[in-house]
Amino acid sequence: MTAQGGRDIVAEARGLVKRFGAFEAVRGVDFTIARGESFGFLGPNGAGKTSTMRMVSAVSQPSAGSLSIFGLDPRVHGPEIRGRIGVVPQDDSLELELSVRLNIEMYGRYFDLPRRVLRERTDELLDFARLTERADSKVDDLSGGMKRRLTIARALVNRPEMLILDEPTTGLDPQARHLLWERLYRLKREGVTLIITTHYMDEAEQLCDRLVVMDNGTIVAEGAPRELIEHHSSREVLELRFGTDAHAAMHDVLAPHAERVEVLPDRVLLYVEDGDDALRTVHAAGITPLSALVRRSSLEDVFLRLTGRTLVD
Amino acid sequence: MASRVLPAFGSRRSLHIFERNYYAYRSQWLMFASGFFEPFFYLLAIGIGLNHLVGALPVGGRSVSYATFVAPGMLATSAMNGAVIDSIFNPFFRLKISHTYDAVLSTPLDVTDVALGEVWWALSRAALYAASFIVCMVLLGDATSPWVVLCWPGAVLTSLAFTCVGLAGCTYVRSWQDFDVVTLVTLPLFLFSGTFFPITLYPQWLGAIVSVSPLYQAAALLRGLATGQFDLLMLGRAGYLVALGLAGLWLAARRFRAILTP
Ligand SMILES: Nc1ncnc2c1ncn2[C@@H]1O[C@H](COP(=O)(O)OP(=O)(O)OP(=O)(O)O)[C@@H](O)[C@H]1O
Ligand SMILES: [Mg+2]
Repeated sequence: MTAQGGRDIVAEARGLVKRFGAFEAVRGVDFTIARGESFGFLGPNGAGKTSTMRMVSAVSQPSAGSLSIFGLDPRVHGPEIRGRIGVVPQDDSLELELSVRLNIEMYGRYFDLPRRVLRERTDELLDFARLTERADSKVDDLSGGMKRRLTIARALVNRPEMLILDEPTTGLDPQARHLLWERLYRLKREGVTLIITTHYMDEAEQLCDRLVVMDNGTIVAEGAPRELIEHHSSREVLELRFGTDAHAAMHDVLAPHAERVEVLPDRVLLYVEDGDDALRTVHAAGITPLSALVRRSSLEDVFLRLTGRTLVD
Repeated sequence: MASRVLPAFGSRRSLHIFERNYYAYRSQWLMFASGFFEPFFYLLAIGIGLNHLVGALPVGGRSVSYATFVAPGMLATSAMNGAVIDSIFNPFFRLKISHTYDAVLSTPLDVTDVALGEVWWALSRAALYAASFIVCMVLLGDATSPWVVLCWPGAVLTSLAFTCVGLAGCTYVRSWQDFDVVTLVTLPLFLFSGTFFPITLYPQWLGAIVSVSPLYQAAALLRGLATGQFDLLMLGRAGYLVALGLAGLWLAARRFRAILTP
């Protein structure tokens, strides 16, 4: 389905709502995702990211609003949509009753893939997940990170056009994380659309062309990572540390020296144009922090600004 | 699109659940094989053991040996027990402990495919075990009529009723402790459903209550089939089991949907 501007739209939500009983987990969100794009959902715990992803995966039904995936209505064409999607759920729901290899093969069978094709794909995916040696192990015997890798490999078995990853790298060691990133870059080059949630800001900056920040079931900001940083934060951040209980009292003292001051339990953040400059004026005012650090603004600052919470809380 | 099996209920994809269970059981062949020994145990212990102590019993207009009387009841019981395993214990584990179905539902399969797939699996196992049971009946001389072959579909129908009701029931199970309730239901069913002795021995009011028991209806149906004594009442019994199965399946699918895709 092509929309205005000739862009190929794979997912479009308007006023999308998800209710659990009386509780509204997603409160009318709008987003449009183009083919080949990698799109991120960020937000604190309970923001409604997973609830939104489950609707986009055509697994859970929207309570209100409109949602179209590949130009199809998930209420009507659920099986067809799901057949073209790969899903890495937040909790690995692996088959404890099947071996590692069969976890991938059987999952592929649900997509009506022939066994001959599956044997080949499974070999390749086991290799990608670095689980070839554990192919005949029971899933229960794998480590947490290995299970996560298996869940990711499994999601690729149907060669999806769109891959939905809910905190894919939680529990992965740095090497496994970089292997996944590499694979995701490759899939993106092949035209696969990626939808990702993550609590790691470096990951979001690396992987996402565009992202939305959700809070309390609504979207509070949208844009490319750099745009968001430019729009919602200053150019640089001066991080100051004082004695442990002194931080709360520092807000008013430091306020004149920055565009905005954010007090965290372990440090104070000063949002400024020029960090070194700000540090000089702080010193000149007779304020002496135990340590000082100047850095560029990051998505983490945007997140803090928009949701009032640090990312990993 | 896969063709619909029933209007708006399940699709050909439900067979993948059968396949999944086959893979899961391949490594548990001992448990699988135990299903074949069960009929021997029943028939030997109760049939042969009691046959000498208990005299002939009336079935329909005829008088038959106790073994001939009790074998169809045991077949019905065996179908019920198999259905309980395949529809309550295993699906409970997949639904609430291992979350197997959550993963399945992000593939083209639908909730109705999952429920229907579990039914296919349970019925296939029931058909296998029932066949071996009937062969045992014939070998031990408990079958008096060639119509005994009709016990085969009869036992599968029994399994259908219990499987579907069990699938609905398994969605209400909250933890392993709740399985005591399952025993609390199946044990009296087993003991009082006219599987060991004719319910004509009960006072009339109790007989009326027992006749609601699906196990009683199944045992009575299988007894008629095994001895080749047909009457119209048997159509009613079969209809009762079918109705129970359809109602159970409908409820099971609804409950699965509510739990798996809230
Ligand atoms: N099945 C459910 N029944 C009731 N409430 C639910 C259900 N699933 C989610 N919620 C609620 O909806 C809200 C959003 O949950 P969701 O899982 O979408 O958050 P999230 O953004 O993915 O959070 P996290 O970062 O912790 O994964 C939460 O308040 C949660 O308690
Ligand atoms: Mg989540």
